Amino acid sequence: MKKKKDVQQGTLALMVLKTLEVLGPLHGYGISRRIEQISGELLSVNQGTLYPVLLKLEQEGAISSTWGPSENNRRARFYRLTRAGHKSLESEKRNWDQTASIIARFFEVSPEDFA
Amino acid sequence: MKGLHRLGTRMRNLVSNRRGDERLREEIEHHLAIQTGDNLRAGMTHDEARRQAVLKFGPVDTIREEYHSEESLSLIENLLLDLRYGVRMLRKTPSFTVVAMLTLALGIGANIVVFGILNAVLLRPLDVQHPETLYQIRHKTWMSGRLVTTSYPAFDDLRRRNHTFVGLIGINAYSSVTMRFGNFVRAISGDEVSGNYFDLLGVEPALGRFFHAADEHGPGSAPYIVLSDALWQSAFQSDRSVIGKIVELNKHPFTVIGVTSARFHGTERFAWPEYWIPMLNEEQVAGSDYLHNRAGINVTVIGRLKPGVTPQQATDDLNGIVAQLAREYPTTDDGLPLRLIHPGLYGDDADVIRGFLYGVNALALLVLAAACANLASLFAARASDRTRELALRAALGASRSRLATQLLTEALLISVMGGAAGVATAALLLKALNRWPPAADAHLAAGVTAPVYLAGVILTFGSAFLFGIVPARHAWQSSPLEIIKGAVADSAYVRRFAVRDLLLGLQIAICTVLVTASLVAVQGMMYALHAPLGVQPKGAMLVDLDLSQVAPSADLMLQKQREMIDAALSVPGVTAAGAVTRMPMTGGLHGIPVYEPGTTEFRMDNYALLPYVFSMSPGYLNAAGTRLLRGDDVSWQDTSRTPYIAIVNNTFARKLWGEREPLGQHFVLWGKLTEVVGVTEDGKYHDLAESPPPVVYLPFSQNQSDEAIFVVRSRRPASEMAGALKRTFGRIEPNLPITIQSWTDLLEDELLPARAATVALGVMGFLAAMLSVTGIFGMAAYTVSRRMKELGIRVALGAHSVQVVRAAVGRPIVLLGVGSLLGLIASVLATRLLEQIVYRANPRDPVVMTGVVLTMALLGLLASAIPARRAMGVNPSTLMRDE
Repeated sequence: MKKKKDVQQGTLALMVLKTLEVLGPLHGYGISRRIEQISGELLSVNQGTLYPVLLKLEQEGAISSTWGPSENNRRARFYRLTRAGHKSLESEKRNWDQTASIIARFFEVSPEDFA
Repeated sequence: MKGLHRLGTRMRNLVSNRRGDERLREEIEHHLAIQTGDNLRAGMTHDEARRQAVLKFGPVDTIREEYHSEESLSLIENLLLDLRYGVRMLRKTPSFTVVAMLTLALGIGANIVVFGILNAVLLRPLDVQHPETLYQIRHKTWMSGRLVTTSYPAFDDLRRRNHTFVGLIGINAYSSVTMRFGNFVRAISGDEVSGNYFDLLGVEPALGRFFHAADEHGPGSAPYIVLSDALWQSAFQSDRSVIGKIVELNKHPFTVIGVTSARFHGTERFAWPEYWIPMLNEEQVAGSDYLHNRAGINVTVIGRLKPGVTPQQATDDLNGIVAQLAREYPTTDDGLPLRLIHPGLYGDDADVIRGFLYGVNALALLVLAAACANLASLFAARASDRTRELALRAALGASRSRLATQLLTEALLISVMGGAAGVATAALLLKALNRWPPAADAHLAAGVTAPVYLAGVILTFGSAFLFGIVPARHAWQSSPLEIIKGAVADSAYVRRFAVRDLLLGLQIAICTVLVTASLVAVQGMMYALHAPLGVQPKGAMLVDLDLSQVAPSADLMLQKQREMIDAALSVPGVTAAGAVTRMPMTGGLHGIPVYEPGTTEFRMDNYALLPYVFSMSPGYLNAAGTRLLRGDDVSWQDTSRTPYIAIVNNTFARKLWGEREPLGQHFVLWGKLTEVVGVTEDGKYHDLAESPPPVVYLPFSQNQSDEAIFVVRSRRPASEMAGALKRTFGRIEPNLPITIQSWTDLLEDELLPARAATVALGVMGFLAAMLSVTGIFGMAAYTVSRRMKELGIRVALGAHSVQVVRAAVGRPIVLLGVGSLLGLIASVLATRLLEQIVYRANPRDPVVMTGVVLTMALLGLLASAIPARRAMGVNPSTLMRDE
């Protein structure tokens, strides 16, 4: 059970960071809606799992948060990307691109390539 | 980097106990509110909208748990929870907790004490530079006591001719003088050492300076004295201006040139000298010269090996020189081979001391092991009681590691508390040991230093692990479903042969070994105390005063000695008085060669016998209680003008003349033809373990000596006699310091090692006995309480009391029997080991074995009495109603 959580946490964190980069400061619900829109089924599992991830990112220093008024006039916690978060996002993107291209190459492999 | 940042934040949260609960709750509420709103707009009803929102969000409590574990360090928080829970559980069963703590405190405390002593005596290096390159030269044949090994001229030859030592130092540690300074007089003892002593050892003075080899220009040329820190404080009140002042040692002036540091105590661990003077000046303080005497064994030799030289190479080199010397001086040098040992523990006695200390440490560890086995079985019993609870917790989601950690934490709590108590007690005991002077000159500096604390910590955690692992393993293996389903018939579970039983058996075996060891020690002590000494110490007082101060000539000395003895005889209550050169069992003895009459060449390879030689006054034999088997005592009328006579002991007579009449026989001693006029009984002169040595007694009037101790036998108690003798002797010589002691006190000092061994082993044995009792009691009580229902059924079905008792406590008693048997066998196998510790140890002795069997049986009876009675008192009807 722990393993699944890890994998999900890692990709979730990435999605959070990217979302914040593209859309600017958002509150928790907003982030989860946007992620749901883009990723489809992935986040229909449990929206609540987002909050521990947000805490982890905040403790790592990748995002920061403040209280602010939201659209229904309640108080909500708004998260934004920090400079360190930007840098982290860039390096993660590079890693993913690298991994993806290596895997892609393997999927195009044919018997002759191993001669 | 971000990992560190995260860790830092988490630790801060842990410490400040900050919980983001409020914030999370608000965020969750906000999230749900918006989602509900969306759902309403999508067309759901109020309730449906809210419900769907909550469902979509996920399990709130799990998420809050995850959030919190992210927020803080769950590892530590769990540990704290375990600790609090553990404390609560332990408080619920106070008797168990207290017993367990006490057991551990005893076990760990005992280990710390013996380890502290071991550390102080064996492991801590001497306070000199590079002690590992220092070696003491001894004869190849192992000899107890006898620190001195060679004569001074031979030492000088060794010093000059060797190639393997950076330097050799000579020490005579038997120096004692009367010191006068201003108007105080004091008898002190110390070391006479060669000039290079301090330089070779590499020590620095705390005050003033030391003497060096360069200060020596021949005999009597360096009248300097170096004070020990202790003497400087007690006699000179730490007065810094004492440097350069002149003190009188036996009426000769010596200049105080320095004081050693407080930590330096010479080269022996137990005998601490109060002063050091150059050996070249020893004649002034000793009154006779051994610097030119090749026949007198007076020097202890210690040397520092050159770098790169092995002890074997040095030994070979030295033996080569010794063989040379035997050829050059056949009358005095015996050419016996030498060997090297490390200095510090009374020469060869180091082997005995080492064996004893390591043996006692091993035994103490055994006690701790037995205690751990005891606790393990008790803990295992407790854990099996909690099977249901553990199963429930497992079913509710606790992971196995959490359950095991919980049990280990309880074990850890007990062992930390027990360990702390043990270390504290041990520290107090060690401090007390330091202050208690075990013998006149022996000192112990056992402190609770870093290695000792470390040992304590290791033992504590080790024990916790040892006895905590058993129930933890149990928890690991328990399957919740089986347990809740089964309500495993408690009786059947208990009757299965389990690890518990093995542990109890092991514990009993260990305890039996310890009990055997202590019984062996007690028996050995009885042998030692009742071994025929050849003297009667009870009722005799010893008076020691240095007459050489007031009697410079031999005739005057004889006269004064006679005066003293007559004065002693005149004290009311005194039945006999005499004087002798040296008391038996005080060391300082070596054999003097005697030759057959008619021998012309007196060499070290043609002597007839090597007896101890004493000079004595008439009346000494009477005063000492040594029986004269044949012939007469010496008299004051035997002088240098009458034929030389001697009294010998039985062994001497038999060795030289077999069954023939010894009276009237002759032998040659120190070149003088001597006639035997009396034969005494045998006795012990050097140590308890020796076989009876040959002894010669010469009259003072024919063989003058400056050393004389007066022995006064009376019927009055020691305290009265001490005062009376002090007054009497003081009246004759008012200015001499007088030391008075009862002979039994002196002997007690000598017998101290044997007594210490017995006490140590006795204590271990007692601890072991207590552990056996608690072990058996615990097991028996537990068995009975678990099987009450079954026992009730048996009684209802008509079982006799005997059968009930057998069912109840049968298992522990059987284990007792098996364990004791194993323990006895182990002790017999370990006879060699026990002999190291106790004089004449013999576990195979039927008396000892019977004793052990009886003891264990008695302990078993004692321990199982209460549970057995409880079993017999079982009332079936009440039991049935309860369950």
